[in-house]
Amino acid sequence: MSLRSYVIARILLTIPMIMLLLTFVFLVVRVLPGDPASLHFEKQVSPEMLLDFKRRLGLDKPLIVQYFEYLVGLLRGDFGKSMQDFSPVSQQIFSAFPATLELAIFSSIIMVSVGVVLGVQASRSYNSARDHSIRVFGIASYAIPVFFLGEVVIMIFAIYFHLFPAGDRIYPGMAPTGLTIGGLHWSSGLFVLDSILEGNPTKLGVSLRYLFLPSLTLGTVLCGIFIRLTRGNMLETLQLDFVTAARARGIKETTVVYGYALRNAFLPILTMMGLQFAALLAGAVLTETTFSWPGLGRYLVDRISFRDYTAIQGVVVFFGILVAMVSLAVDIIYAYLDPRIRF
Amino acid sequence: MKNEKLQGRIVVQLLPQLRNLRQRGLAGWAILIGAAIVAAMAIMTVTSPWIRPYDPIVINVGPILSPPSAQFPLGTNHLGQDMLSRVYSGGAIMFQVAVLSVIVCLVVGVPIGLFASYLGGYTDKVASLVMDSIYAFPGLVLAIAIAAMLGPGVVNMALSIAVVYVPSYFRIIRSQVLTIKELPYVEAATIMGAKSRTTLFRYILPNVIPSIVAIATINFADAVLTSAGLTFVGLGLPVSTPDWGWDLTYGRRLLPSGAWWVIAFPGLMVVLLALGFTMMGEGLSELFNPRLQK
Amino acid sequence: MPLLDIESLVVEYHTLRANVKAVDRVSLSMEKGHTLGLVGESGCGKSTLGLSTIRLVPPPGKIASGHIVLGETDIINCSDEDIRKVRGKRVGYIFQDPMTSLNPVKRIGAHFVEMIHTHEPEVSEQDALKRGKDVLERLGILPERIDDFPHQFSGGMRQRVMIGLALALGPDLLIADEPTTSLDVIVEAQIIELLKELKESLKLTLILITHNIGIVAETADRVAVMYAGRIAELGQTGDLFEKPMHPYTQALLNSVPNITKKGQVLSWIPGAPPDLAEPPPGCLYHPRCPHAFDRCKKEEPLLTKCNGSQVACHLYDKR
Repeated sequence: MSLRSYVIARILLTIPMIMLLLTFVFLVVRVLPGDPASLHFEKQVSPEMLLDFKRRLGLDKPLIVQYFEYLVGLLRGDFGKSMQDFSPVSQQIFSAFPATLELAIFSSIIMVSVGVVLGVQASRSYNSARDHSIRVFGIASYAIPVFFLGEVVIMIFAIYFHLFPAGDRIYPGMAPTGLTIGGLHWSSGLFVLDSILEGNPTKLGVSLRYLFLPSLTLGTVLCGIFIRLTRGNMLETLQLDFVTAARARGIKETTVVYGYALRNAFLPILTMMGLQFAALLAGAVLTETTFSWPGLGRYLVDRISFRDYTAIQGVVVFFGILVAMVSLAVDIIYAYLDPRIRF
Repeated sequence: MKNEKLQGRIVVQLLPQLRNLRQRGLAGWAILIGAAIVAAMAIMTVTSPWIRPYDPIVINVGPILSPPSAQFPLGTNHLGQDMLSRVYSGGAIMFQVAVLSVIVCLVVGVPIGLFASYLGGYTDKVASLVMDSIYAFPGLVLAIAIAAMLGPGVVNMALSIAVVYVPSYFRIIRSQVLTIKELPYVEAATIMGAKSRTTLFRYILPNVIPSIVAIATINFADAVLTSAGLTFVGLGLPVSTPDWGWDLTYGRRLLPSGAWWVIAFPGLMVVLLALGFTMMGEGLSELFNPRLQK
Repeated sequence: MPLLDIESLVVEYHTLRANVKAVDRVSLSMEKGHTLGLVGESGCGKSTLGLSTIRLVPPPGKIASGHIVLGETDIINCSDEDIRKVRGKRVGYIFQDPMTSLNPVKRIGAHFVEMIHTHEPEVSEQDALKRGKDVLERLGILPERIDDFPHQFSGGMRQRVMIGLALALGPDLLIADEPTTSLDVIVEAQIIELLKELKESLKLTLILITHNIGIVAETADRVAVMYAGRIAELGQTGDLFEKPMHPYTQALLNSVPNITKKGQVLSWIPGAPPDLAEPPPGCLYHPRCPHAFDRCKKEEPLLTKCNGSQVACHLYDKR
């Protein structure tokens, strides 16, 4: 089928998936515990107060009505109201999200570069001690709880060596302001991008310093699968005839490895990146908490301690939709790049 | 002559491949070492009531926050509890949660996987859609949502984790069943008049078992890590029971004062346990699905 | 001085079961301008032998012991950089399957340019392409096709391209590893003719590795017959074909059907090649040999001179 019909089919598939996802979250938050409103209050509260509370959040209506209001609200970008102060959750989501996005991007960079480089090294020295240790590292790194690694990293690099900050995203006054044209501001919320747009190398340096440890931690924990993918792909490709023939012509080994073999691995690595996005978000929740990184993950954890169930619902829904969108995008890009899928 | 002979005997792939693990290269070693680690930790946890020097719950058995010493080889925490005893006993919760979640996954995921993919058609499509929707979710986030709503407790944690992992079982089983369904000897059985139920249980299921074992083992590892994660965000258990996850979480706060031993040793235990299961799972996967034969 | 001198070469494959000797104490030498036919059935080690000359034995294979000297270069012990310079420039290698030996996403011209640049970086891209075109023309391919991709060529033409690439830098030694096995008979004849012609005009030293005795008969000066990693017989082509000495050689020649003899029954060699992980004692061929006697089962026969050739068989070893 052509690219267009594939895209349409894929989008048509995503819609029911998102619907299921939304319904599922609704069931979990509104139906499962019985009454999220009373669950919210630690101490007993008078029935009038409880009813008033519910009314303000729309939790007093029959479930079916709640369900439709929930769906319709999402279409308008309304992710619910916080139980704590009735403020719109969407506000918090959109202000915290760029931090998480930036963390995800830089963690991906580390995840893929470390994974690919180690995978290539492992494949080149097949069955050697180096190969085995790299493979073990790949498996072991995933077995470490990300927050444990985070603490270790903080202890070593931030506290013992004073090389990097121990937490937070920036220190006061250093937040980049982004692009300014005329009197108009625009900032993406991504500090690295914003400091480049602002043309401020100091702020760029500071932003990167704060980003480094959390990205390193999250990237390391997730790089194992890339090590394995790259190594497997390389081993297969390096066995192929045209690689041996190239070597027989005296082509340099580095050219053979990187020019010939790695090109084959490119597409699978790209797909895997898309697949790992969900894992990145999950990992971000813990990483942000460990490093006091002001992103969506930390917001979620925050809300848990406040038993703010409606906010939790909003964040979880957001995560779900985000992942669904990203995998849709990845599938489409993949179909575009690999003609075999569509023909 | 009974049908037995006609139906043939499917040699369960498990048995021959698990013999001589030591000779099976890296994968075999991984399984052995992983299994050894898991077994050691299980034994340690089970025998902890007898081997631990102090009661892990009792406070002030020693000075508060004292570093590792002869009397307290792993030091004490902020409540004066002996860390060694806490480490011995701390795996209990994790093991329970992990085992329970795997059981739920097996009980729920395997039948759905088998029937949906074998029957095909709408059943398959609907089941796949539901499973894919759950699978797409960031695991921990979903577990957090469920655990937050269900409340603390071993069963609730296990359920949250199980819900997140059932789709993985479903997928693996489904892909196996779909492949096996097309194989000639299964077709032959159907042509000879075998009932659907027979085909499913005598032919397909035995060949799916190896994959189930592999994914269950990896599930154990993920369950351990996810339960640690859930505890970390505050959805764990009440404070009294000794639990590595809890020590990990609380130990964080003690780091700035220099008490590294509270978080380090339980953390190491969690890493080892997850590592043990992962090595087993990876080794098993590679044995049952050899990718690169040199 | 011989161009290529191989002495007591042992190449082992390390498998989980055992160390298999794919090449077991093989000694050969090639004078300039000579053609050697290396014959044997699948798995006898001839390809491994060929690959060893440029140190490209694939893992888990390893050169275990022996000497290989090309001109003045010690192939086994020289540096990675030195062996790389040998490959392509001093030794040209033609592989069996032209379909998989060329990079499918690279144009033919790019193959030439890459190779020439690797060894002679000062050559401009234009000049490199020109040389490539000249080579193609020499081999009977239209020079414009230098811009085509491998899949646009037929099997026979692809093999010509491979030959072209192997000869582009004017190597002293050309090794053709089953160059015609994957081609049909007519194309095979063309390629062999081409090789013969090139051999003459370029004064090539050629090692032709094949399991097809027929090709060897018309192209080689000398023939080496390999069995289970060892050389069974080595001699002048004419001698070997008229008066084969080793029972294996005799059996091989007998199994080729003769189109002129009517009513000939197709003969074959009973049994199978030995499992090199657990080789039989004594002579490796004895289980299948009609002339085997006691000594064959116990003692390994060494290559000895006999009638101008060399044979590894107790029948000719009068000691």
